[in-house]
Amino acid sequence: MSTFDTIPKTKQEALVETLLRLADDRLILGHRISEWAGHGPELEEDLALANIALDMIGHASALYTYAAELEGKADEDHYAYFRDDIDFKNIALCELPRGDFAFTIARIFLFSTFSYFLYQKLIDIVEDEQFNGMLQKHFKEIKYHLRHSREWVLRLGDGTDESHQRAQDAFNEIWMYTGELFNLDEVDQVAIQKNLFVDTLDFREEWEKLVVDTLEEATLNVPDMEQYMFSGSRQGRHTEHLGRLLAEMQFLRRSYPDAEWK
Amino acid sequence: MDSPEKLEEFQQRIDNGEKIEPKDWMPERYRKQLIRIMSQHAHSEIVGMLPEGNWITRAPSLKRKMVLLAKVQDEAGHGLYLYSGTETLGVKRQDLVEDYLYGNAKYSSIFNYPTLTYADICVIGWLVDGAAIVNQTMLAKSSYGPYSRANVRICKEESFHKKQGYEMLAKMADGTPEQQKMAQDAVNRWWWPTLMMFGPHDTDSPNSAELIKWGVKTKTNDELRQHFVDRMVMEAEAIGIELPDPDLTYNEETGHWEFGDIPWDEFWSVVKGDGPMNRERMKARRKAYEEGEWVREAAKEYARKKRLQDEKAS
Amino acid sequence: MTKNSSENTEWPLWEVFYQPKDGKPFEHAGSVHAPDAELALQNARDTYARRNEGIAFWVVPSDQIVASSPEDQGPFFDPANDKPYRHPQFYSVPRAVKKRK
Repeated sequence: MSTFDTIPKTKQEALVETLLRLADDRLILGHRISEWAGHGPELEEDLALANIALDMIGHASALYTYAAELEGKADEDHYAYFRDDIDFKNIALCELPRGDFAFTIARIFLFSTFSYFLYQKLIDIVEDEQFNGMLQKHFKEIKYHLRHSREWVLRLGDGTDESHQRAQDAFNEIWMYTGELFNLDEVDQVAIQKNLFVDTLDFREEWEKLVVDTLEEATLNVPDMEQYMFSGSRQGRHTEHLGRLLAEMQFLRRSYPDAEWK
Repeated sequence: MDSPEKLEEFQQRIDNGEKIEPKDWMPERYRKQLIRIMSQHAHSEIVGMLPEGNWITRAPSLKRKMVLLAKVQDEAGHGLYLYSGTETLGVKRQDLVEDYLYGNAKYSSIFNYPTLTYADICVIGWLVDGAAIVNQTMLAKSSYGPYSRANVRICKEESFHKKQGYEMLAKMADGTPEQQKMAQDAVNRWWWPTLMMFGPHDTDSPNSAELIKWGVKTKTNDELRQHFVDRMVMEAEAIGIELPDPDLTYNEETGHWEFGDIPWDEFWSVVKGDGPMNRERMKARRKAYEEGEWVREAAKEYARKKRLQDEKAS
Repeated sequence: MTKNSSENTEWPLWEVFYQPKDGKPFEHAGSVHAPDAELALQNARDTYARRNEGIAFWVVPSDQIVASSPEDQGPFFDPANDKPYRHPQFYSVPRAVKKRK
């Protein structure tokens, strides 16, 4: 737990925390992917990356909107624009700089694979109708992100020598940030008790299998699973990158907070 | 050489309002002109992603962030439709792209100006897309089928671009003093370059007459510009924005708004490469193209390997 | 400054057809570049269904499309012009049957 956090007591508090954690991941990663707009490796892929970014930011926006309703905040922008980096609960994997196309694909693939299993399980247990409705709607898009990124992992891994090397470097570099996908803290535990979240370790093997199978099919080596893993982001202990990302994202809105910007 | 009979027959088809399709006979010069203007149009959409893309990560609300990203993505789509249309004339997209990245092919000069504040995004939507719609509505009636169809599709999508810009600009013009200042400043900077988007005066536009004769265009640069100005004067007034032209006056007789002299020296200078952002825009596009090369190669190589495997298996 | 595209990294061209609604015939949407069929389908979706214009796609390598040529226009299509018996309007139906429709 970070210094300022308290463990949610009521079901509603647990729900808000869960919504924010899911939303923060998606906003921050969507933001990173949006940096490709106009700079993609081919026109068709520029469109594809923009679609994925739009989906993720859209998911975040819907989740924030619901949290704002529950907490009586003005709107979704309250969470995106008026919180500091230590308040954001996204995992570090999402905030790392854009990187090259191989890094982008590796990150979308690892994250979408995780989201795929997570949403699948959540849809089964979440009783809150509004939350469940969102999960179902977003799940369809997550399946596409998984399909698109998986196909690209195969092409980069089993393409040219250069693409193979870049893909291998990307997975090696990013691997230490995958541990956080499966870290559960006390907030998660409360959410699990209240049927708002699931024990991610329950599907860790499935996740690993899909990742390992894909990497092998792509002729890539699976990075060392026992290596040091970064942790702490869910408690607000981020990398140095998030602060800069937020400085850019929030500056205009915070400079003129009383102006109408919607 | 194109025989006079064939040319006559072709002109007859154009005059009858028939659409020309890729496999139809066409004068070599018609084909060349189409390739030139269609690919220029496509390049403009792609370079146009950059000034707006500049604000995606700083958009002031999640709604505006998504709107802007969707709009920039649409421009990639529009570029793609237009390149598709041009490819029906037997040219390769990669060659066209390299023509503007490394050769002399042009794109719309409007994108060689910087987006300094978020109000620029609104003004691009309102003025620049507004001007583009005027142009593309005409091009949707173009005599070349694939170009006409690409523009029909583009026009359908483009009206959202203009509306979102005008809506947000109206809010800024009616907002805090800082927002009002940004809004007016952006209009001041973009107004004249937008008028230049329609191209030189008819008297200085060597290609215009030919393009009209062949039905590629149906209106002259000056007609389109006038139509645009008449509309914008009204829309500016409605939201309390001033257009930076002291000579704007309504002519009762013609029913049109007369406007001051367009700074053509600036226009020609930017067209020739000396605008505030020409070099940076080209640098960014070349970088994307060159850094994308290994990705394009990888996918091609993967496809080749799979084909070989399939052949072996069968 | 000059780049020579002797190294051709362009992906092949595919024609895209989409079905606007369930049960409707497929229509030509445009084209995309893609290295293979799977990515051609994905690129078609990302390009031509940004506003749900289509619910299903076909992609075909452009060089596999065989089109009739303008010279064929006479021999291909004129003969059908004098076969009115192929069109339902050719037949008269008793009034009582018409009403029931």
